[in-house]
Amino acid sequence: MENNTGLNKVDLIFEKIDPKEVLTKAFEMTNEQIIQEVLESGLKGRGGAGFPTGLKWKYTASEKDPDKYIVCNADEGEPGTFKDREILDRVSYKVYGGMAIASKAIGAKNGIVYLRGEYRFLLPQLMRELELFHKMIDEIGYDFRIRYYMGSGAYICGEESALFESIQGDRGEPRNKPPYPTTSGVFYKPTSINNVETLVTVMEIIKHGAKTYNQLGTKDSRGSKVFSVSGDTPTPGIFELELGMTVQQFVNEFGDGDTKAVQVGGASGFCVPRKKFNETIIGFEGVPTGGSMKLFNSSRSMYNVLHNYLDFFAEESCGQCTPCRVGCQQLLKGVQNVKKGDVKSTYLNELVKLAETMKVASKCGLGQSVGNAFRTIVENFREEIIY
Amino acid sequence: MYQVGNLVKELTEKHGRLRESLMPILQGIVERHSYLTDEAMVEVAKELDISAAEVYGTASFYTFLDTKVRGKYVIRICKTITCSMKGKGEIIETIEDMLKIKVGETTSDRMFSLLETNCIGWCHKAPAILINDLPYTELSPEKVVEIIKGYMHK
Repeated sequence: MENNTGLNKVDLIFEKIDPKEVLTKAFEMTNEQIIQEVLESGLKGRGGAGFPTGLKWKYTASEKDPDKYIVCNADEGEPGTFKDREILDRVSYKVYGGMAIASKAIGAKNGIVYLRGEYRFLLPQLMRELELFHKMIDEIGYDFRIRYYMGSGAYICGEESALFESIQGDRGEPRNKPPYPTTSGVFYKPTSINNVETLVTVMEIIKHGAKTYNQLGTKDSRGSKVFSVSGDTPTPGIFELELGMTVQQFVNEFGDGDTKAVQVGGASGFCVPRKKFNETIIGFEGVPTGGSMKLFNSSRSMYNVLHNYLDFFAEESCGQCTPCRVGCQQLLKGVQNVKKGDVKSTYLNELVKLAETMKVASKCGLGQSVGNAFRTIVENFREEIIY
Repeated sequence: MYQVGNLVKELTEKHGRLRESLMPILQGIVERHSYLTDEAMVEVAKELDISAAEVYGTASFYTFLDTKVRGKYVIRICKTITCSMKGKGEIIETIEDMLKIKVGETTSDRMFSLLETNCIGWCHKAPAILINDLPYTELSPEKVVEIIKGYMHK
């Protein structure tokens, strides 16, 4: 269904399906067949990092320890993303279903959903739906149980190893890698940790088959995904779109006619200015996103946007490693000083270097990605940061 | 200050005495009393047979596991970019006027605390707040006054 903006709206994630039928189909497959199907689909993790899901499962499946876990990462904290909340609210049975398929693929008997504290209001409903799900898999005769752990307001716990620490009752401080979660995850057991949307997509892949699914999207970004659209747009909300569109096509559909920049991938993502809308593809071949799409029109100061993001990171850095802890604070102080005129504008070049150092030296994805927004905003809107 | 009484025992009965029971137990105390007292944390440490420093270490990491005195209703205003663009400032002013407190403070009757928080996942319906666990979205000054009045008369 092609419309005039060149965007292809898709309805897979929220599509009503019979979970029993899909799961029965999956459970008739061997674990290798499931993994092969997911590999063929080309599915990459929908949380933002984009690791191939089938590969993650393959590694976890190959571990000898029989005590394995499938963890659903529902710690959706990236500024500007809210699609996982919507997915859990509307089709939690498909999330649970995806976890059951994963458990079969990797050989796990236990699943854990880690839900961010900000979404606690959903828990009673999710628990009722989980009870029904458990009943259903009992009827099928599949031995698998899911339980919930809640977060308590820490963005860093969306980082997989910090999330495990949090489940284990510790401070949410990321671990050194390797070992990777597939070897040593929650409770130091082999773990596959997947995003909410990834797990739902697996249900769709099993239902429709990998060959049908991977006709959507591009070579590097197969399928469709759910986008969280906010900012200066007449139509904020949640939209499932085929991957492979340009920022321009996106802006044609969601912009207010005056869009000067789109922040793709949230505070840890990339700022795309108007002059690059046409050449920038939203996906792994261009700018990747976990779903966060924020539009800014010409009335907005990109200094305020950058300041807001840096303030966010300075607060949410776990403080464990120095490059991130001190780096975030110094970037924030640095742009404030440039704005006030206390330092020369060329000081921005030093700050960009600091952001690059953080990318290399930080322990986890938080510190490593602060530079994405920093560099792309400073490069494209330098005068707004200085004056 | 509150007396934690039997709550810690009740929570350990429910969640167990393992190390991974710690977060659910602390969350259970906060759900009832809005914040953690030293006494409560020491009690949890005893029940789980771990040091009080470990309990405090975990608690102090998480924004929602407050170790400062908080009111019965904790109002958290999202301060991340979209909410900031869509009128967060006005909402804060309105609440500050109404409750006669500043961000970070608690009313003298211990009914309300007013805090800022990072993205709560309602950017498409900004500005948004949480009152304890419940989200309120697409706020206007008028709307937020009505909502808080509702809590005053609860």
